Amino acid sequence: MSVVVAARISRSFGATRVLDGVDLTVAKGEVVALLGGSGSGKSTLLRILAGLDPEAGGESTVPARRAVVFQEHRLLPWKRVVDNVGLGIRDPGARSADALAEVGLADRARAWPAELSGGQAQRVAFARALAREPEVLLLDEPFGALDALTRLRMQELFGRLRARHGFAALLVTHDVDEALLLSDRALVLAGGRIAAEVPVGLPYPRVPDAPGFARLRRRLLDLLGVPLAAGAG
Amino acid sequence: MTTIAAPDAAVAGGAAVGNAPRRKRVRWQRAISPVAILVLWEAGGRAGLIPEDKLPAPTAVLRTGWRLAADGTLGEHLLSSLSRAAIGLLIGGSLALALGAVAGLLRLGDDVVDPPVQMARMLPHLALVPLLIIWVGIGESMKITLVSLGAFFPLYFNLYAGIRDIDERLVEAARTCGLGTWARIRHVVLPGALPSLFLGLRLAIGAAWLSLVVGEQTNTQSGIGFLMMEAREFSQTDVVVLGLFVYAALGLISDVLLRVAERRALVWRRGLQAS
Repeated sequence: MSVVVAARISRSFGATRVLDGVDLTVAKGEVVALLGGSGSGKSTLLRILAGLDPEAGGESTVPARRAVVFQEHRLLPWKRVVDNVGLGIRDPGARSADALAEVGLADRARAWPAELSGGQAQRVAFARALAREPEVLLLDEPFGALDALTRLRMQELFGRLRARHGFAALLVTHDVDEALLLSDRALVLAGGRIAAEVPVGLPYPRVPDAPGFARLRRRLLDLLGVPLAAGAG
Repeated sequence: MTTIAAPDAAVAGGAAVGNAPRRKRVRWQRAISPVAILVLWEAGGRAGLIPEDKLPAPTAVLRTGWRLAADGTLGEHLLSSLSRAAIGLLIGGSLALALGAVAGLLRLGDDVVDPPVQMARMLPHLALVPLLIIWVGIGESMKITLVSLGAFFPLYFNLYAGIRDIDERLVEAARTCGLGTWARIRHVVLPGALPSLFLGLRLAIGAAWLSLVVGEQTNTQSGIGFLMMEAREFSQTDVVVLGLFVYAALGLISDVLLRVAERRALVWRRGLQAS
């Protein structure tokens, strides 16, 4: 059963047609990575699915219980961490505190966003998404602005949260390794369409030195137009 | 705190230890010249170097202030000035908030409201006095209109800019959290515009006092300005200077109050400034 269904999605900016008839589905509990070079329209597609772009063409159904995490944390600086997490939830009760505990920031509930490090703020952004108990998470390069070590920790956290909650997710990224670590299926967006689909059949939890990882990595890089010399990578 | 007793140790202790006493000394130093001016002024007055009818000594002004406060004159005029300022601020401020919000939040409002306000801004509002007298007479309404006009512009422009400068990405994030239009205004736009609003309010209050000073110099029967104009006719320089002191004190007090309110309302910025 699919939770996200999008058909013939198109979007132009001026004369440039960025998306030209994209079809895609995300099954219940499935994590789909959306790869593409810069300017390929992957973020545009995610914004359309998040309901942030009224000018797009095509049809899409995305469950109302959805949450978005952006590349920047986008926390409201004038609300304490716990109130940011509970934003827009009718009766947050213990849900905000639970979500914060899940990302390991229960003790920072009363802090202001400006007092957090970049990694902590992004964890709060994830807690804000989790508190909505989403069926699907829409993630726009959520680890892209973090330093390499924090990114690895966050990817590990994402894996754990997913195992516990079983949400579906569409993960926009330009990082092939990230796509292979976290997703069940990788889509490559090129020329305004889904140019390729690569199932990632590796067992979880994944590590980059697992057998089969390098082969998939090379294939995806190939599809993205970054061919590695034979034997490298 | 022991570092003050051992200044040599502060050098070895690094910047954090050495800074505190130095900052305290700088602050203290800044009080020297104002105090010196007051002392010279007082001494000059007592020695007869500064003629009493041109500029009475500070203690003489304070004595006059005490006398007028004791017989109720000062309080009565102060009250009438304050109520003019309050009513004017309330009218000008409400108009500025309403129009600023309409222009800042709605595209149509921006097109309709903002251009005429931008045009009107070019008129120095204090130069409108002759026109205002023709329109509303020389009575109380002229003074209040003048104060309202003075308060309106800074508040309008800062609210407008504050709303316009809100990070669109935050509004978007709030939308993905399921916030409707009103909830977005309440949780994102208003708190986001609050720093500019405070700045506007501070400028508005400054402009209101200035308008009051000008307004109270024409045909008044009460108010600090009246007190000064009347005193000038009888060459009571001490009362004129007292009036200046009162105006200055009013400006100072309102600014301090507003700063306190601002610090309380914008606690979240403290962390921002520290980092």
